[in-house]
Amino acid sequence: MKNIKNLILCGLTLALVLFESCVKDLDRKDPYNVTSDTVYSDPASYRALLAKIYAGLALTGNQGPDGKGDIAGIDEGFSSYLRNYYYAQELTTDEAVIGWNDATIKDFHNMKWGSNDGFLKAMYYRIFFQIALCNEFIRETTDEKLSTRGLGSDTQIKAYRSEAKFLRALSYWHALDLFGNVPFVTDKDPLGAFLPAQTNRAELFSYIESELKAIETELIAPKLNEYGRADKAAAWTLLAKLYLNAEVYTGQKKDTECITYCNKVIAAGYTLDSTYDNLFKIGNDKSNEMIFAVRFDGVRSKTWGGMTFLVHAPVGGTMTASEFGINGGWSGLRTTKDFVALFNNTQSKVDSNDRRAMFYSNGQDLEIEDISEFKQGYAITKYKNVDVTGKAGSDPAGNFPDTDYPMFRLADVHLMYAEAVLRGGTGGTQAQALTYVNALRKRAYKATYTNLAAITLNDILNERGRELYWECHRRTDLIRFKKFTTGDYLWQWKGGVKGGKAVSDDLNLFPIPASDITANPTLKQNKGY
Amino acid sequence: MKKLNLILRRAAILLFTLFSFTAWSQTRTVTGVVKDATGPIPSVSILEKGTTNGAITDLDGKFSLAVGSNATLIISFVGYTTQEVAIGTQNVFNITLLEDSKTLGEVVVVGYGTQKKKDLTGSIVSISERNFQKGNIASAEQLIAGKVAGVVITPNGGAPGSGGTIRIRGGSSLNGTNDPLIVIDGVPLATSGIGGVANPLSLINPNDIESITVLKDASAAAIYGSRASNGVLMIVTKKGKKGDKLNVNFSSVLSSAQAANFLPVLTGDELRSLVGSKGNVTEKSFLGKENTNWQEQIYRSAFSHDENLSFTGSVNILPYRVSLGYLDQNGILLGSNLKRTSASVNLSPRFFDDHLKIDVSYKGAYNKSFFADEGAIGAAVTFDPTQPIRTDKGRFQGYYEWLDNSGKLNTLAGKNPLGLLNSREDVSDVNRHIANAIIDYKFHFLPDLRANFNIAIDQANTEGYVKKDSTAGSGFPFGTNNVYTQARTNKTFEGYLNYAKKINNFDFDVMGGYGYQDFYYKGVNDFKGMDGVVRGDTARFFTIPLEQSTLISFFGRAKIGFKDRYLATFTVRNDGSSRLAPGYKWITYPAAALAWRMSEDGIGKGLFSDLKLRVGYGITGQQEGIGFYNGLKLFAPGGTTAQYPFGTEYISVLRPNGFNETLTWQQTATTNFAIDFTTKNERVSGSIDYYMRKSSKLLSIVNVPAGANFTNELLTNIGELDINGVELTLNTTPVKSENLTWDANFVLAYNTNKITKLTLVEDPNFKGLEVGGIAGGVGNKIQLNTIGSPRNSFNLYKQVYAENGKPIEGVYVDKNGDGKINSDDKYLYEQPDATYTLGFTSNLSYRNFNFGFVLRGSVGNYMYNNVYSNNIQFSPSGSYLNNVSPNVLETGFRNGQLFSDYYMQNASFLKMDNLSIGYNLSSLFKNKFRAQLSAIVQNVFTITKYTGIDPEINGGIDNNIYLRPRTISLGINVNF
Repeated sequence: MKNIKNLILCGLTLALVLFESCVKDLDRKDPYNVTSDTVYSDPASYRALLAKIYAGLALTGNQGPDGKGDIAGIDEGFSSYLRNYYYAQELTTDEAVIGWNDATIKDFHNMKWGSNDGFLKAMYYRIFFQIALCNEFIRETTDEKLSTRGLGSDTQIKAYRSEAKFLRALSYWHALDLFGNVPFVTDKDPLGAFLPAQTNRAELFSYIESELKAIETELIAPKLNEYGRADKAAAWTLLAKLYLNAEVYTGQKKDTECITYCNKVIAAGYTLDSTYDNLFKIGNDKSNEMIFAVRFDGVRSKTWGGMTFLVHAPVGGTMTASEFGINGGWSGLRTTKDFVALFNNTQSKVDSNDRRAMFYSNGQDLEIEDISEFKQGYAITKYKNVDVTGKAGSDPAGNFPDTDYPMFRLADVHLMYAEAVLRGGTGGTQAQALTYVNALRKRAYKATYTNLAAITLNDILNERGRELYWECHRRTDLIRFKKFTTGDYLWQWKGGVKGGKAVSDDLNLFPIPASDITANPTLKQNKGY
Repeated sequence: MKKLNLILRRAAILLFTLFSFTAWSQTRTVTGVVKDATGPIPSVSILEKGTTNGAITDLDGKFSLAVGSNATLIISFVGYTTQEVAIGTQNVFNITLLEDSKTLGEVVVVGYGTQKKKDLTGSIVSISERNFQKGNIASAEQLIAGKVAGVVITPNGGAPGSGGTIRIRGGSSLNGTNDPLIVIDGVPLATSGIGGVANPLSLINPNDIESITVLKDASAAAIYGSRASNGVLMIVTKKGKKGDKLNVNFSSVLSSAQAANFLPVLTGDELRSLVGSKGNVTEKSFLGKENTNWQEQIYRSAFSHDENLSFTGSVNILPYRVSLGYLDQNGILLGSNLKRTSASVNLSPRFFDDHLKIDVSYKGAYNKSFFADEGAIGAAVTFDPTQPIRTDKGRFQGYYEWLDNSGKLNTLAGKNPLGLLNSREDVSDVNRHIANAIIDYKFHFLPDLRANFNIAIDQANTEGYVKKDSTAGSGFPFGTNNVYTQARTNKTFEGYLNYAKKINNFDFDVMGGYGYQDFYYKGVNDFKGMDGVVRGDTARFFTIPLEQSTLISFFGRAKIGFKDRYLATFTVRNDGSSRLAPGYKWITYPAAALAWRMSEDGIGKGLFSDLKLRVGYGITGQQEGIGFYNGLKLFAPGGTTAQYPFGTEYISVLRPNGFNETLTWQQTATTNFAIDFTTKNERVSGSIDYYMRKSSKLLSIVNVPAGANFTNELLTNIGELDINGVELTLNTTPVKSENLTWDANFVLAYNTNKITKLTLVEDPNFKGLEVGGIAGGVGNKIQLNTIGSPRNSFNLYKQVYAENGKPIEGVYVDKNGDGKINSDDKYLYEQPDATYTLGFTSNLSYRNFNFGFVLRGSVGNYMYNNVYSNNIQFSPSGSYLNNVSPNVLETGFRNGQLFSDYYMQNASFLKMDNLSIGYNLSSLFKNKFRAQLSAIVQNVFTITKYTGIDPEINGGIDNNIYLRPRTISLGINVNF
């Protein structure tokens, strides 16, 4: 009996000892993901964190092409920043239609989007994902914090910090342009459970302007940074774009300021690429026309959005996928006959002299009766995963392109300069404007090019269409020219009817996603939604 | 073995000497036969009342026992009413035991202990082996389909070992799992799946299972605390009993399965005529000359067999059961097969006059699975029937595949169904070992006090590979050579003390314990092409996933009974989990239940032999849905294929992850009212339960304010869900005579749910959370979780119909009248969960024959026919042809109208799951052995208005499921 008692006593003691050690087991550590302390004490982390912010424009998550998405609630391939930016800027215009049956994708061209639209939601949350990453980076790289970590003299981290500010300004500009009155969060705000207050377009305009001006001196000089990272010229281009559209955003014209910054960019030594096509092929990272690019790689930077989308989606029908350096097309994107008509030299014939008229019409009808049918509407062959010799990119499976996306390039700056001059801005001349525009046209023409003697504002819009189509400028341009919603310019299926129709001016802004109004009841919906 | 025997014998002799003082002076020998309606019963215990003197009946039900002169015999056997017979002057006895599932003395497994059925205060239903479903059954949960009110087992499809989805009272969760906790021989299993098997329960041989007990309400389940909200399924395996003679059981079931029906599709001729009239020149040029019925090609008549051999007996103090099983199940989809070799050993030695009971149990299974590419099922529906199966060109391993206009494989087009099946090897080997020892010691100095320890290890190791050659259409362009291994090790230690004492009219039973469970998982994924090149992400955390979590618990229960008629049970469990953030780790789950045996107070005495009123309330949790390392602000490194280039340097990225440190388990408060009854003649028994389940802090993925966190959606404890239901169970024996017995069991359950909260702040404009992804396009979802409606309600446009009754393509009702049709015009229409589920089991035995069937029904469940809605265009991209659903000929649709409510159908059904005829051969082979022959048909018929292939699909979206076959089996079961 005594033995049994001893046994029990032993058992109980053992149990107690076991218990003590067991309770510690409740603090299991993640074997792979790391905590803040570890991250910010290591100078190499800052480069990795900055790379993530840049990657946020190109990729959809931490595992290429998918698997660890950054934002949720949508198919990861659909969550791409660039892909949704393209949807918002191009599918809504004369430049693009898409045939798929994906959720509300047809609402873009039909101009029927609502506040529950999943793609707009993805765009919006992508923007704020970027802003949150930038805020975190800026918050954790104050001079004070860096010096307490012994990194006070690390000039590279400070350069990263100014780029994070540029990237934040870039995303806020997209927010300003697309959604207008958005919640406003900076590095001064806390993280987690708080409700960001709403700002308006005029205030946001001033904020972006002041941020860009503040980093103008801090950023690395044009073309001296590692390719893919933003430099002074990227910030100047963004300022020019902001000023060109200032009247839309604030009601106040800023064309003179636009010209100032266009001049700074042009003076920085960029030159037009001799061959237009090459800007949209592998190797465009070598182009001296590129000011700011979003980068892709067939092996190391994979996504189902971004350039993968832009190269695959327009290929279908009788087109040959291998000519695009890919394993197959996605039979989605085409264009309207109204956009094709921008290239007409006679009533119905496409000007075959203009290299930029990269239409594919074999087996394609010009007219669109049914947007779902790939064979209706001309296809476009602009983006390719081949180099200048026609050789396909590095992904042997032919899925993921190596081609970079030209977010800012010199041709756009030329046209902004010309437009700002025509709009009455000072600091530039009509003659110089004409020279800049003719330079673009001359590059595009195969033969028999004659300089334009004069241009009107409307010529600029059309030239921007021809030069910059499918580069995510169109919606902003049409709004600036008051043609996006009005009856001034109708294209097929604008407003959901075949001949096109005018729609409410409220559609110049997209709605704040209903989900954010639910999460943050201090927000007010944009007018008309 | 011999040595062991010797030791055991010596121990037995020693014990016998020790306790021989209990021997009685014996004066005479009585003999007899114990029978039931179907014949003699072996292993029945015959005990002389007031002594330990007893005997066990042999295979013929015979016994012989020397007893005192005025002895009374107590004859008892599990599942039968215990009888007492005073011997009087008689020396030979013919005793007929009444089969009785309603036995109030029946002992039922509850968490950390057992209870007599009459003392139960919670909703607990136990189904024992003889009431299990029969036939070709690979997975344990199928044994009780249709048998328990409020327990719905939806088969996951016809793949071998795929098992079923278990829902007890409809589950309790919104986004977390609704799977119940499964406890095998006292060991709570991890709820996570096991790689390489379709269903973790397929690693338990159903033939080793003695009973399955369902803990339905919170007062019963709360002892399992944070894992109990979806109910608990307690599985007990067969064991030997002290005094058992060696009993060898061999059973074999041979089955043949075939597809009961195919999905209607167009024939080659029909598609030719459709494309001929509607297609353009290119499309017409794609047409072939064949009439291939792809579905006939991919399905087969599948033969399966299942053999089991077991030895049960007792060597002195060591009762044992050893079993071996071998299952070879072919699926009807070409190439699918499961081979399971299983072994189980249960040793139950008893020492010191049963003061020390040890139950050592080992269950091992080795599953070899051959998975067929289930993509072939959808492909067989959509692949162009005008094309041949094979071509003579030799490409793509000889299978016909679509080409693009440069003569390469068309990557947009579907792949040849037979090519898919025959070009892929998908094989896995899984070993699972569950070993545990339960040591139960009744203290010598205080026999009312009992200590119980359970030490267990559950280990599953998977090795598997998927291979596709690059020459295969589905292997283009590099083939697949994926090898994966997984190891899961779950360790359990639990111990408790139990003190039970009767003082005057009071019965006390108090239990308190501690539990530690550790769950460890490690995998290695080596994914390559057939050329040996890795193309996926090679970052360590993707190729070698590693996870570990720990659960520590304290639990207790107090039962108080007064005069055997007023019963109260209180339980409490305090669970601490490593998966919650510091400061949020520990949560307490209390429960209480009261029962009043009204019949003991004379209420309903004329009608009922037992009448009990039960009321229970408790709070439980639900442990899934939260990752392993939540609640901390963590930085996730990016993989090797998600780098970003700066100049020529590719940088591995680092991302701060969204986090919510306040995460906790969901909470479910359940109130249960019930009446249990047994009629005076014991012919009818049953219960009626009414319950209200209120789940709160439901994990819901909600949008966080944009800009406030590193993500847009965050798992948050926010939702609230009400589930109410009524359950009726009736066990009846309408006929009972010498030769004919008819048992009928009827269960009916009513269950509704309503979401009551989904957002932090109330927002009248909040539409809800979209769920229910469908095929057709990407990212399309057709269900909505929204306040005031049942979860997963369908959310679609209201179709407008022409006067001739045909739907008009793309025309929908403008619900909000704003002049345009967009997502704001969708409306809620029905839901996928059944409002009523019912089961009817009938067993009729006449002499040596028995005849049984199981009917299962479901009312109020709706289905979205995604097969109809997704197979509309015969030329979706203009570069190849697809077959379409014949439904297109009715609607005339040109494009997918995925969000039309036209595709909603009422999927209520009545199914006969099981029809069996058995014959008992015991009288043919005298004294040698008992044998039963049986013939069983499974999936006999389905009555439904639903036009798809099967109205029973979990989630309510029908998109090419693996057909559940109709199976005919012949079984033999021999005992000797």
